[in-house]
Amino acid sequence: MGIRVISPGLATTVQDLGRPGYYHLGIPLSGAMDRLALRAANMLVGNDEGAAALEAVFMGPELEFTADATVAITGAEMPPKVDGEARAGWTSFDVKSGQVLSFDFLKAGARAYIAVSGGVDVPEVLGSRSTYTLGALGGFEGRALQAGDELALGEGKGDAGATIPEKLRRGPGSPAELRVLTGIYWYRLTEKAQANFFEDTWKVAPEADRIGYRFRDGRPVDFVDRAPPFGAGSDPSNIVDGCYPYGSIQMPGGTEPIVLHRDAVSGGGYFMLGTVISADMDLIGQLQPHMETRFVSVDMETALAARADRRALLAQMRDALS
Amino acid sequence: MKTRYSFGGDEHIFVEVDEEMSLEAFFKSLSMTRAVRESQIKGVTEICPANASYQIKFDPDQISPNDMLAELRQLEGSADGGDTVLNTRIIEIPVLYNDPWTHETLMRFRERHQDPGSTDLEYAARINDFATVDDFIAAHSGAPWFVSMVGFVAGLPFMYQLADRKHQIEVPKYLRPRTDTPKLTVGYGGCFSCIYSVRGAGGYQMFGITPMPIYDPNQEISYLRDFMVFFKPGDIVKFKPVDRDAYDAAVEEVEANTYAPLVRDVTFSLAEYQKDIDGYNKQLRETLHGN
Repeated sequence: MGIRVISPGLATTVQDLGRPGYYHLGIPLSGAMDRLALRAANMLVGNDEGAAALEAVFMGPELEFTADATVAITGAEMPPKVDGEARAGWTSFDVKSGQVLSFDFLKAGARAYIAVSGGVDVPEVLGSRSTYTLGALGGFEGRALQAGDELALGEGKGDAGATIPEKLRRGPGSPAELRVLTGIYWYRLTEKAQANFFEDTWKVAPEADRIGYRFRDGRPVDFVDRAPPFGAGSDPSNIVDGCYPYGSIQMPGGTEPIVLHRDAVSGGGYFMLGTVISADMDLIGQLQPHMETRFVSVDMETALAARADRRALLAQMRDALS
Repeated sequence: MKTRYSFGGDEHIFVEVDEEMSLEAFFKSLSMTRAVRESQIKGVTEICPANASYQIKFDPDQISPNDMLAELRQLEGSADGGDTVLNTRIIEIPVLYNDPWTHETLMRFRERHQDPGSTDLEYAARINDFATVDDFIAAHSGAPWFVSMVGFVAGLPFMYQLADRKHQIEVPKYLRPRTDTPKLTVGYGGCFSCIYSVRGAGGYQMFGITPMPIYDPNQEISYLRDFMVFFKPGDIVKFKPVDRDAYDAAVEEVEANTYAPLVRDVTFSLAEYQKDIDGYNKQLRETLHGN
């Protein structure tokens, strides 16, 4: 085998870069919430950047290795230990068969990525090893890891001591800033509500997971009056059920915004006021409950420039390791 | 109908065919998504038809958002006057209305509902001017339904009733979505019925539960071996009210993997349907029962 789970952490799942092509049936992309961190972790252990790794949220697992492997931890600051001895994050290290990998308490961020040379070998389902827990699909038996689970590893060999320079590691900042393109139903809000949404400082609510992040503590929004379109329902926040973009911001009842993430519900009947740009989606995956967050209105040009910056950052990481 | 285009961030385009629901809007959305699929535009990664809208996900590194938008606008012209005859199937879905599991759940989330003093069925019957809950159930299980979208969660069908507008049932969604809904709940929001394929969050009113699984990621259930999702847009559904004994018997068959849904092939013509809705629905029911 390769890894035996002694304790699973809070919700540790197998994730890769996801499962495109089935969103029209309600099966979302899934995959690492912080894709940049997943890619970095895989690079450090000599894997393909999209290899399957473990995503641990808020609390790390305790894992006994039953084969020698090279390991790297990226994403959240959740300091790793091998047989109780500290190891550095964003840096590859060796774990020998019989040794135990564990973690200190979370210091910053929310999700750590645990890449192992060879990748986690679970069966591919619809082209991906990612876990979609809500649909009990993919990953390890379609669920988060449990004590006693045994994970197989693929073939692969990494080198200890590879490291991503500190200046290339990225966190969400404080308050976090999420850049937004307003969308098709933005016109439904009053001008005052539109201004308030971007002025307010929001806080991540406890209901924040792989499906979506809910925010609270901002002012509720007012809607422009209308006759409800047939089929939408009478609440001003209702629409005729349509598709939801990844990163789209819905506001049921006009109170608490929800940003959909990698395990998004693919559609529904609440209006979307806009969508978080693709370059900032990774940052959401590193937000803890109660963290202050602001939404910043940007245009498409800015969104595409941010996307290009992110690509450049990845290229710099690859250069630093070559 | 007035089509509106909008970017959903830098990776999606959301196209609203009509703000209102109608079978015409659904057929147009379906033919536009078919045109997108056939045109094989570079960089498209997801094509998602919805009730009266559709969404495209694309890779902006391969095609610029403005070019993608231009491609879709161009296809709209070719989709007008598209095919409104579908070769599809009709499926009978047994439903235990007013079941104990959705009842327990709706009581648990009462403070998120418009009318905490009544159940979802009582509320829906009253605001749609039905004298009794039984009358309401008779209407819900009377005319068949068109699957106009699959999504929300894996394999969940949104269904639009084959009825003229004055006979359509309409209810609001919960004020705040629930964090729990039993698996296989028959729900209702706006003018749509749905079946929750898995347990999870939901905002629709809850009317009952079906014993028939519609999603199986392990592909072990006999009729889900070919693909894990049962429904696709264009399917036609007829609900059949059943009592607790019939429900329990069906659950036993599901557990023994001997349950076989009643399914018949059928051709649906939008034009023929519009000429005589009641007559057309009667024909559909007869097709289902093999008369």
